[in-house]
Amino acid sequence: MGLGIETRHRIARRAALEISNGMIVNLGIGIPTLVADYIENDLHIMLHTENGILGMGGSPEAGSEDGNLSNAGGYPVSIQPGASYFDSATAFGIIRKGLLDVTILGALEVSERGDIANWIVPGKRVPGMGGAIDLAQKAKKVIILMNHTDKYGNPKIVRSCSLPLTVKEGADMIITEKAVFHCEDGKLVLREIMSPYTVEDVIETTGAPIVVDEHISVFQ
Amino acid sequence: MTKGVDKQITLESASAYFHNGMSLMVGGFGGVGAPPTLVNLILEKNINDIFLISNDTGFPWIGPGKLITEKRVKKLIASHIGSNPEAGKQMQEGTLEVEFVPQGTLAEKIRAGGMGLGGILVDVGLGTVVEANKEKVTVENKEYMIEPALTADVAIVYAKKADRYGNLIYDKSARNTNPLVATAGQITIAEVEEIVPVGSLDPEEIITPGVFIDYIIQSKGVDWKWVWELKQGTGSQEEQPSK
Repeated sequence: MGLGIETRHRIARRAALEISNGMIVNLGIGIPTLVADYIENDLHIMLHTENGILGMGGSPEAGSEDGNLSNAGGYPVSIQPGASYFDSATAFGIIRKGLLDVTILGALEVSERGDIANWIVPGKRVPGMGGAIDLAQKAKKVIILMNHTDKYGNPKIVRSCSLPLTVKEGADMIITEKAVFHCEDGKLVLREIMSPYTVEDVIETTGAPIVVDEHISVFQ
Repeated sequence: MTKGVDKQITLESASAYFHNGMSLMVGGFGGVGAPPTLVNLILEKNINDIFLISNDTGFPWIGPGKLITEKRVKKLIASHIGSNPEAGKQMQEGTLEVEFVPQGTLAEKIRAGGMGLGGILVDVGLGTVVEANKEKVTVENKEYMIEPALTADVAIVYAKKADRYGNLIYDKSARNTNPLVATAGQITIAEVEEIVPVGSLDPEEIITPGVFIDYIIQSKGVDWKWVWELKQGTGSQEEQPSK
C-alpha cells in the first residue's frame, strides 16, 4: 500500500539492527518478512514460526520447495542447523511463556501509549487475529513496521486507536518510512529520522505528541 | 497385542462417519497439513451445514477452504480467515457465523479437549475484544479468562506415515495443529501418505499414539496448487495475505 520496494527494504534493514546474537525472533507477514534478508550472517539467531518451526531459514532455491515446509503464511522456507519442528500448541507455548525476544509486526494503528490495532477493520476487513494477540502481548520486545500514514494520508500513529486493539501498551518501537520511535513511559520518543524526511515532516504527519530526542540521528 | 487391530478402511467406508450438521475439526495451518482426500470426500458426499473448527480457512481452493467455497459450512471457529476472501464474504453476508479465537488459545482449547480437560486459563487477549463475555478467574493474584475445551463429532488429520494401529508421524511443518486435532474428535480419521505394518515404526518417533485414532485411510495426495506455485516468477512473498 503505497510504499516502494526500496522503502520497504530500508524499513526492514533498520528493523534488523534490533536483532542481536542469540535471540529468538518471530517475523510477521509483509515488510517484517523482509527483515530476515538483513540479519547479519554471523549472528546466531533462531527464527520462530507459529506453525511450528524454531530455526527457520530463508526461501529455498526455485524447484526445491517442499509443500510441507513453510512459514506461517504458507510460503516455502528452509531450516537452519539446530532447527526443530513441533505442533501449534508448543509454538504458542514458546510465545506465551515469554521465550520470544523480539516480534516484528505490521499494524493499522498505534497509539502514543503503544496500543496496537492490527487485526480488524469492523465492517470492512475482518481477517481474524491469527497469532497477533499472542505475539503482541507476550514477546519481550514488539517492533511495529508500517506506513507512516494510511492511503488517504491520515496518520497511523494516533493519540488513541479507533480500531479494536490487538494489545494495550504493547509496542516498544515503531519504524516507518519516515521515522523511528521508541515507546517509553507512555510517550513517543523520536530518535531517528529516515532520510530524506525532516522532523517537521514527521510532526506534521503524526497524530500524537512526540518527544524529539536531543541526539536525533538520520538513518540512510 | 495389536496384531489383530487394523484401522485402515476404504474411502467409501470412511464416508459413513460424515453427516449433515456435524461438528468437524480439521488439522492444518494455511492448508499445509490439511487432509486433501478427506476434504474432497466430504464435498463429494454432499455434506452440509458443517460446524467447522480449524486454525484458519486455508485458501479458497486449499484445505478446509474448499468447504467454505462450496458453502458447506454454516458456523466456524478459527483464528484467521484472511487468506480466504470467500470466508470473509460469507461472513459479511451473514451466511457464515464466525467466532475468532487467538491462535494459541485455539490450539490449546483443542488440546484441552483432546486431553480430557474442561478448559484452560489464559490471559492472552485481556484488554481486547477477546475478553467480551468471558468468565474470569483470579489465580495467585493473576487474572485469567476461562476458555472451555473444544471437541468435535469428527476430527480429520493428515499424516506422513502411520502403522495400521494408527500411530502417526507427521511431515515437518505439516505437523502444526494435526497432533492436537487428532486427539479431539469423538471419531478421528487420519489420512496418511504411507501406511506400514504394525511394528515397523520406532516407538520413539511416533508423535500421535494410535489409541487416539479410530480409522486411517490412504491419501491420494495433495491435489491443489500452493499459492507460491501460482505466484512463481513474481519473486515476492509480500503479496501474500496478512495474518
